[in-house]
Amino acid sequence: MTTLLSLKGLTKAYPGVVANNNVSFDIDEGQIHALLGENGAGKSTLVKMIYGLVRPDSGQMTLAGQPYQPHEPREARAAGVAMVFQHFSLFDALTVAENITLGMENAPPRRELSQRIRDVSTAYELPLDPDAIIGDLSVGERQRVEIIRCLLQEPKLLIMDEPTSVLTPQEVEVLFKTLNRLAGEGTAILYISHKLEEIRTLCHHATILRQGEVVGETDPTRSTARELAEMMVGEALSSPTRKNTRPGKVALEIRGLSARSGNPFGTDLDEIDLDVREGEVMGIGGVAGNGQDEFMLALSGEAPVARAMVRVDGVDVGDLTPNERREIGLLTAPEERLGHAAAPNMTLFENALMTGNVRRNLSRHGFIRWKAAMAFADEIVHAFDVRTPSVRNTAKSLSGGNLQKFVIGREVLQTPRVLVVNQPTWGVDAAAAAAIRQALMDLAEAGAAVVIISQDLDELLEVSDRLAILHAGRLSQPRATDELTMEEIGLMMGGMEAQHVSA
Amino acid sequence: MFRLEARPQPSRFWIAVTPILAVIATMIAGGLMFAVLGKDPLASIRMIFWDPLMGEYAFYYRGQLLTKAGPLILIAIGLSIGFRAGIWNIGAEGQYIIGAICGAGVALAAYPVQAWYIFPLMVLAGGLGGWAWGMIPAILRNRFGTNEILVSLMLVYVAQHLLSSMALGLMRNPEGMGFPGSRNLQQYPSAANPELIAGTGIHWGVVAAFLSVIVAYVFMSRHMTGFQIRLMGESPRAATFAGVIPKRVVTFTLGLSGALAGLAGLFEVSGPAGQITIDFASGYGFTAIIVAFLGRLHPIGIMLGGLLMALTYVGGNLVQQQAGLPAAAIQAFQGMLLFFLLAFDLLSAYRVRLVKREHR
Amino acid sequence: MMDLSAISPAALVAALIAASTPILLAAIGELVVEKSGVLNLGVEGMMITGAIFGFAASVETGSPWLGLVAAMIGSAILALIFGVLTQYFLTNQVATGLALTLFGLGFSALIGQGYTGIKPPPFPRLDIAGLSGIPFFGRALLSHDYIVYLSILLVAAVWYFLKYTRPGLVLRAVGENHDAAHAIGYNVTRIRLMAVAFGGACAGLGGAYLALVQVPQWTEGMTAGAGWIALALVVFASWKPWRVVLGAYIFGGVSILQLNLQAVGVNIPVAYLSMAPYIVTIIVLVIMSGDRTSAPASLGRVFHASS
Repeated sequence: MTTLLSLKGLTKAYPGVVANNNVSFDIDEGQIHALLGENGAGKSTLVKMIYGLVRPDSGQMTLAGQPYQPHEPREARAAGVAMVFQHFSLFDALTVAENITLGMENAPPRRELSQRIRDVSTAYELPLDPDAIIGDLSVGERQRVEIIRCLLQEPKLLIMDEPTSVLTPQEVEVLFKTLNRLAGEGTAILYISHKLEEIRTLCHHATILRQGEVVGETDPTRSTARELAEMMVGEALSSPTRKNTRPGKVALEIRGLSARSGNPFGTDLDEIDLDVREGEVMGIGGVAGNGQDEFMLALSGEAPVARAMVRVDGVDVGDLTPNERREIGLLTAPEERLGHAAAPNMTLFENALMTGNVRRNLSRHGFIRWKAAMAFADEIVHAFDVRTPSVRNTAKSLSGGNLQKFVIGREVLQTPRVLVVNQPTWGVDAAAAAAIRQALMDLAEAGAAVVIISQDLDELLEVSDRLAILHAGRLSQPRATDELTMEEIGLMMGGMEAQHVSA
Repeated sequence: MFRLEARPQPSRFWIAVTPILAVIATMIAGGLMFAVLGKDPLASIRMIFWDPLMGEYAFYYRGQLLTKAGPLILIAIGLSIGFRAGIWNIGAEGQYIIGAICGAGVALAAYPVQAWYIFPLMVLAGGLGGWAWGMIPAILRNRFGTNEILVSLMLVYVAQHLLSSMALGLMRNPEGMGFPGSRNLQQYPSAANPELIAGTGIHWGVVAAFLSVIVAYVFMSRHMTGFQIRLMGESPRAATFAGVIPKRVVTFTLGLSGALAGLAGLFEVSGPAGQITIDFASGYGFTAIIVAFLGRLHPIGIMLGGLLMALTYVGGNLVQQQAGLPAAAIQAFQGMLLFFLLAFDLLSAYRVRLVKREHR
Repeated sequence: MMDLSAISPAALVAALIAASTPILLAAIGELVVEKSGVLNLGVEGMMITGAIFGFAASVETGSPWLGLVAAMIGSAILALIFGVLTQYFLTNQVATGLALTLFGLGFSALIGQGYTGIKPPPFPRLDIAGLSGIPFFGRALLSHDYIVYLSILLVAAVWYFLKYTRPGLVLRAVGENHDAAHAIGYNVTRIRLMAVAFGGACAGLGGAYLALVQVPQWTEGMTAGAGWIALALVVFASWKPWRVVLGAYIFGGVSILQLNLQAVGVNIPVAYLSMAPYIVTIIVLVIMSGDRTSAPASLGRVFHASS
């Protein structure tokens, strides 16, 4: 096969970190080429350089034999490079057609474009209405918009950044079919992921990045997931362990929890019932946008609900404020680290005070005991191995993994009765993710009820005792994790089995 | 070309230095402006910044300095607490007027009774009046989601019309021979807010201003509510997560800033101004916004900023009288200062790097 | 003493339209700025600067047209100060907008020193061959100057631009989600700067109309909150161009009505009548503030491409 894109010695440094160091590899026409690496390994910087969003400090690229130096995405697109972003670059308030036209060079007039969208979406079995408003679409449909936007430009190279992190297993299958077909037509695909099984089934070739450098190239179909993982992480990782404990009495009871979403494009919660026992880890799976945020806000107290909808240890807490819930022992850790779980520009000790005040007595008569707050922050930093020069540093100065350890640690160290966490290891490096999972399991072992909301099924299967799926604001009947198959879970995520079976 | 890199930590050094840089830049730009107007730039700048403090008649102007700084600091302290929470009360001018009207109203109603409790009652009425005026945008924001910036500003114009109606009608001095304006409260001992120490310009309003600096300092740095206010300004969602109830913060900050502005108005009408007149409002409520930013929303900074701004007022008057510069020049000068201040702020949050040749 | 029949409906409508024009111009400019995701609270400052620039230029040159051009350029430059500060220096938009207003008020008063009490050169009226003779409509709708018609054309143009053109779509996209727009490859900063300059030019035109046609003379602080009302109008209009026209005429109606009531000596103190436009603005804001569905999602947020 002929080489389509060739990278030679690409280097890009940011202050304090070399994001890419002398990266070289080739992508062939019709090849599905995996770019594998942990969070922070430099994958995004590399694709941003290929897509013209970032300029390399040194090194060259050639595309189809021609020197290739895109100054901006426009030039990349003109040269035949298209990209599907991980955080979709879509505009909620605009229609599908408007979104697509924004990402195209020489977009055809409106009516013609709508027709072409319909054509491509039928041809590739990706049904899509050009006049739908993006905000009303599911995450899977949004990804379709991005893909069709790319396909309309008949790209030579399609870059896909973590495309499956938001899809159900069934949707993943459809996506893989589309990608295989494209590759068969000669399109090269650069596929970025950290999911090893996926790469083994889909990709023809894999380049592995670690700390900004290429540490290996391999044929993923001939490697085991373990080999790939070790190349990616550079060390063998231990799986979280946990002694078998018998769940105690019910600590968290949710009864008929219904709530309207505060977000015009959000999902309303519909009659959710759930019991979580002491010592139990309850996993809540499901595709993003199916009510996870609303569920979280209802439990944290940021969006209070009717009094009897949520009970902790037999006490109704549904209409209490976040701090009143903390007093009772219901603690939460939201998904978004910067700006929700932590205030980016505030110091770590101020962030410790943020949720720790009530249970750790960090103030007296309304006056803050700064020394106690600092001691609490220090305790978190030490117990959870948060890498920071000092607790006087701001939250945003920490890496994602370190800040997430701090956020989870802050709640765990307050010895909650019930802890609800949303996406606890999202965008976190493997070592930190393992530490966080271990901490959550230890907490359950110590007798707390733990609820983990996550879109990472592997994670849920690894840590939770029981699993339920959120779909369209409804929660499926929880099932013991060890008796579930991937296929069953996939169906539940697609809403097939989410209808309520009487308890 | 230069490129910006976000600092992980705001630079303490630059936080302290930028206001000074801004003042210097304003002096340069202002000097140019004066030069264009045909005045000697160096002499004008010296007249504004030096003569009131060290010049021949400094003994007179120094007193004026505190008199002018008092209301500015008092109002700016209130505003800064709201600004910290991301709540933009820009209608302090209106709250100042209403405070003055209410305070003066008590005095005029009690006239000519002489009693010790009249002045305290006036203080109470002034604070309450400003508080009530500030509560209008607060309630509308909490109930209907109405933008507090626009409402508080519209209320300034309403207050100004109310002021002229008072000066011409209800509060007009019956012995004033038909001239607009109320009785002079300085000639009504029970209601007067006199200079406490002769020659210093200190009156009760100045005392209140310095007290507010101390209280605000302790409140914002030590008290949980102060922390919650800062948290809300830094990151509203994190604040709700931490249990801050945004509506309460809106009520508290708008009410507080209104009350402080109202007090400033009361101390002014019973002291330096002496009476309700059509042109009683002199723009303190707007200048205080500059003072709040000049002081980086920090109480100590605001105290210094208030003194500096008072200096430009006093110095501005001086230039006006001696060099014939228009009064408006000082206003433009103050606006310029705020521009430079905001621009230089960049240095504390970002590192500016020279880049040899970067695209775009 | 009170004689309401002294108020002629046709004259009232004509006056209403004229009185609405300055805020209409400023508001349609600000609408474009806000659609691009920038909140410029400096409208008042830009209007008053436009007023004095327009006034001074037309007095000096004798041409009202040159006055308008000067006003637009002057205010656009002032707006660009705001644009550069907020887009390159990443300053807080609320604070910078306030600074712009405070500076504009002082700066205009400074320039305007020599121009108080002068009459500007008269502004030509557009008399479409006898059409103004038509009863009622002639007087009310067809006897205005060019700028009144221009303002309506401008609204139509903005509406068409935002709804039907690609640059308009790009502008909305930038206001909706600046990170996504940047990721696709649009230059967020440049687009916003252009919108801010356009908003400045419109506000300047509005201010100049006030000083050259409506009043017509120069007084310090003569905009008296018109810029703020223009800002309120954008909220009232839910960021929809034609509703800006509606809002502006309602506001103009209230202003004119209260002036007429003052003139015929209605038994309400003048001060209270003068408050009416501001109070009406507040009431309208309250009614409309529930509907934020068309508000640009990135409005007022600082954009810094970290990549």
